Amino acid sequence: MSRRVVLTGAGTVNALAHDVPGTLAALVQGRSGIGPLDFRDVDRLTIRIGAQVRGWPGLPGMTPREAALWDPFTRYALAAADEAVAMSGLEGADLAQAGVILGTAAGGIATWEDNYRAVFAEGKDRVPPLVVPRLMHNAAPAHVSIRHGLRGLAFSVSSACASASHALGLAFREVREGRVPMMLAGGSEAMLLFGGVKAWEGLRVLSPDACRPFDVQRNGMVMGEGAAVFVLEDADHAAARGAAPLAEIAGFGMTADAGDIVAPSAEGAAAAMRAALADAGMAAAEVGYVNAHGTGTLANDRAEAAALRQVLGDGVAVSSTKGAHGHAIGATGALELLACIAALRDGTIPPTAGCLTPDPDCGLDIVTGAARRAEVAAALSNSFAFGGLNAVLALRAA
Amino acid sequence: MDDLEARVIGILAAQALIEPATVRLTDDPAGIGLDSLGMVEAIFAIEEAFGISVPFNANEPGASDFDISTVGAVVEGVRRLVAAKA
Repeated sequence: MSRRVVLTGAGTVNALAHDVPGTLAALVQGRSGIGPLDFRDVDRLTIRIGAQVRGWPGLPGMTPREAALWDPFTRYALAAADEAVAMSGLEGADLAQAGVILGTAAGGIATWEDNYRAVFAEGKDRVPPLVVPRLMHNAAPAHVSIRHGLRGLAFSVSSACASASHALGLAFREVREGRVPMMLAGGSEAMLLFGGVKAWEGLRVLSPDACRPFDVQRNGMVMGEGAAVFVLEDADHAAARGAAPLAEIAGFGMTADAGDIVAPSAEGAAAAMRAALADAGMAAAEVGYVNAHGTGTLANDRAEAAALRQVLGDGVAVSSTKGAHGHAIGATGALELLACIAALRDGTIPPTAGCLTPDPDCGLDIVTGAARRAEVAAALSNSFAFGGLNAVLALRAA
Repeated sequence: MDDLEARVIGILAAQALIEPATVRLTDDPAGIGLDSLGMVEAIFAIEEAFGISVPFNANEPGASDFDISTVGAVVEGVRRLVAAKA
């Protein structure tokens, strides 16, 4: 018997807010977390805007030992996991059966940067003892596992901008196939620092002024950071303990373009959307909302719009929330799942912050300006990564 | 052909893996086999070679302040940026 998988907890830290209620409110208001970047050597960058986490007090009660051990990307993941577990109401023996899969693209890049700076730029001949366990990509899921006593599987997934969606999709399969009754999954990224932005700058796809997905004036993406983590749970298990689901994950599709390392492919994106629909047993006509990958680059918008028209037609409501939380790279698919929850649970489709004049060439119903009220029974969340790696989640209202 | 033109053509040709002698000023980037990523790499090599900063946005090259429609346009653009630096 195939199990149904529901989301019973969610947590986040991002540029819009430091928790789920604040983030949902900001998404629905179409607020943008993008602003001037503020970190060491920012004056040596050409691109100086981003969706940076500001004013976050950090993890309560963090000890000096933990501070030495936790890179910012791990801290964001831990804070998001704490909120998700608290919301789910799970504890003790239940959590011991659970696993965790988290996506990240750059892992502990701040730790790499700080210590390279120390040895190469400042001429130091030693680095702190915990550099390796601090910078590794799997530090985030490992510490989430340790903190909550999760003894099932735990590992990290890295597929650039699709990392979090791949992590969520794999976790979804673990629960649906009955290997574990619940999973934590999502993504975290902390790449807003000199080296992280400098590297992206080199690719010349960052906008100097604004993120405008699907807008005629779009001129590139804007980086973000943070984490979002969810509790995925067997629907029967959730019902038995009276947990209220936020939404259901109904299917997952992933494909590889086997084409260009950076240029997106409409065919690969369309194939991933079709795979997600087939996996969910969902008809295209059921889909009432798509949270697009929508990076604000011309190449993405054209390919994604063509794929959406091919698979779903031109009538479905589409928005990208990257103008709000920025492109949080390996965390972005998880942040965008929150936008899907706003649509599925609350009947409120978040608008495309930053899109003022939708590009008629896209031929889509882009939600702009204010949030749109709509009964949304099913939604897709698209993530398309460099490498031609595509991951699409299909969701239903719980 | 002056030195600056020869150097720019040399950089574009090296990125396109072709002989500089086969490159004409009227060629467009695609015509000599440079896709958008190849152009981004060529612009970087030009910046390094001439010590300049080229205002080029790969999202929409046509809308950039720097004209890359032809090899000749790139040469003249570099010439202006080098002159402005002097």
